[in-house]
Amino acid sequence: MNLMLAAAAAAQTSAANQYIPLIFVFVLATFIGLDVIRNVSRLLHTPLMSLTNAISAVVIVGAILVAGHEVDGGQPLWINILGLVAICAATINIVSGFLITNRMLKMFKTREPEKKP
Amino acid sequence: MTAETRDLLVQILYLVASVLFIFSLKWMNSPQSARRGVMAGVWAMVLGVGGTLANPAVAVSSLPWIALAVMVGGLIGFPLSKVPLTAVPQRTALSHAFGGLAAGLVGTAKYYLWLHEGGEMLTGFRVFAISAEVILGFLTFTGSLMAAGKLQEILPGRPITYRGQLVINFLTLGGAIACAVALIINPQLSFLFPVLIVLSLAFGVMLIVPIGGADMPTVIALLNSYAGLSAVAMGFVLDNRLLIIAGALDGSSGLILSIIMCKAMNRSFSNVLFGAFGSVQESGVEGEGKAVKSATPAEAAEMMEQADTVVIVPGYGMAVAQAQHRVRELYDQLTKRGIKVKFAIHPVAGRMPGHMNVLLAEADIPYDDLVEMEEINSDMAQVDVVLVLGANDVVNPAAKNNPKSPIHGMPIIEADRARTVLAVKRSMKPGFAGIDNELYTMDKTLMVFGDAKAVVGDMAKALAGDSGGH
Repeated sequence: MNLMLAAAAAAQTSAANQYIPLIFVFVLATFIGLDVIRNVSRLLHTPLMSLTNAISAVVIVGAILVAGHEVDGGQPLWINILGLVAICAATINIVSGFLITNRMLKMFKTREPEKKP
Repeated sequence: MTAETRDLLVQILYLVASVLFIFSLKWMNSPQSARRGVMAGVWAMVLGVGGTLANPAVAVSSLPWIALAVMVGGLIGFPLSKVPLTAVPQRTALSHAFGGLAAGLVGTAKYYLWLHEGGEMLTGFRVFAISAEVILGFLTFTGSLMAAGKLQEILPGRPITYRGQLVINFLTLGGAIACAVALIINPQLSFLFPVLIVLSLAFGVMLIVPIGGADMPTVIALLNSYAGLSAVAMGFVLDNRLLIIAGALDGSSGLILSIIMCKAMNRSFSNVLFGAFGSVQESGVEGEGKAVKSATPAEAAEMMEQADTVVIVPGYGMAVAQAQHRVRELYDQLTKRGIKVKFAIHPVAGRMPGHMNVLLAEADIPYDDLVEMEEINSDMAQVDVVLVLGANDVVNPAAKNNPKSPIHGMPIIEADRARTVLAVKRSMKPGFAGIDNELYTMDKTLMVFGDAKAVVGDMAKALAGDSGGH
């Protein structure tokens, strides 16, 4: 009994350790993000927001993994359907986010060089 | 290809995608490289999705369904990218809602999938990450829907408050967190999971309902951050570094934007989120009875024609009236005469960060002439004419002079230091915050009453007709 508890505790620790590298990735990516975003021109804050909108639609990756989970596992089908709905929602953001960002950025122009005096 | 090499390939694709996402945001640092940034983002997304489809865990039989879902999403997304630019704030809020929904649904699906498989996968950490994903995802979903509704004016823009609101809000969030804790301790308590979802959905609504339209820039930025953090949580659930990195970039972007917005209003996060109560009661007693001077658009145009430098301060009123193209005509008329015209942009002007810049860019006004608040204030005393166009609180001198004012301490565009002030306004009704603006009663101020689009159009016409005579 004691042995089993010890084994369970060990499994628990290794499970925790397994997440440490992910937490490193998260912390470092956050620092990169803070630094990069601080340098974004204030002019472009609206396009920045629609761009990050499209980028955060990377959750489509998770949605595909859920929707694509082999149904033979016998799990209820509605789990896969949730994944499909999530794919649809994420695609809306990817398509509209990138397109509208591009559309807005096209509008930012510098002054045309002076023509004739 | 063995499963191992395939897995390696997937990881390499994710790595390249992560790097491209970082470059995508980095290139947003200037308008010249920004469109390259969009392309980098598109490629990153293509590689991320491609890598995922190559993952052996994705059943081949599901691919047609996935393609169908992508097509439906594309068909809805395409028209959403064609909205007029004045509707960009509500479109942004709406897409935060979709992002939150996707994250919440994936978290829910993952919980029930692992529960079905016997629950061995539901370690404490995973349930913690799933709960974070579901709470953040679903509260972002309903919260952003509320924000979009307010911006689209389907819902009243004024704060909706009632007695005990704060207590009820905290109880709702507390209830959701309590469910999450119980699930972490015992993941088999599956009846708690729907409760967690419902409480998160309800909290999203209750969080946004008391927040007024003028605070929307901060709220949209904050929801942006939440959407990113829910993607991070999903990354922890699925052990997926691409999700963690992209989510962290998005989360930090939203965080920085909301900090900038808060600073620009001299308010704290908690004040924006929980401070809507009662802030509207302040109403001016002092300004009453003071006479205002008014001018016709033609008179105002004449004054601008005499000036050497004109600074235009646009605000939400310009967006509402869709006056940006008329502003461009006025800008052309003035610059044609050799008058220096600059636009002074306050960080919280409009309904989302950078709102005014995009509208003016749409009207083909070169961005060299869009100047930030700090920069313009140092030159303000040398400016001949300031034209305040649908802005109010961001030029209110009470922020500097009146310690009792609710906006005291908020950095403003110091229009009151210019030689002459022209203020275009519908009526003398106070602005959103319900605060009187002493700028309007100053001796050097002339009010031009009317709809911003019509008034600016008349000014431009007056100048155009005038130049024909010379």
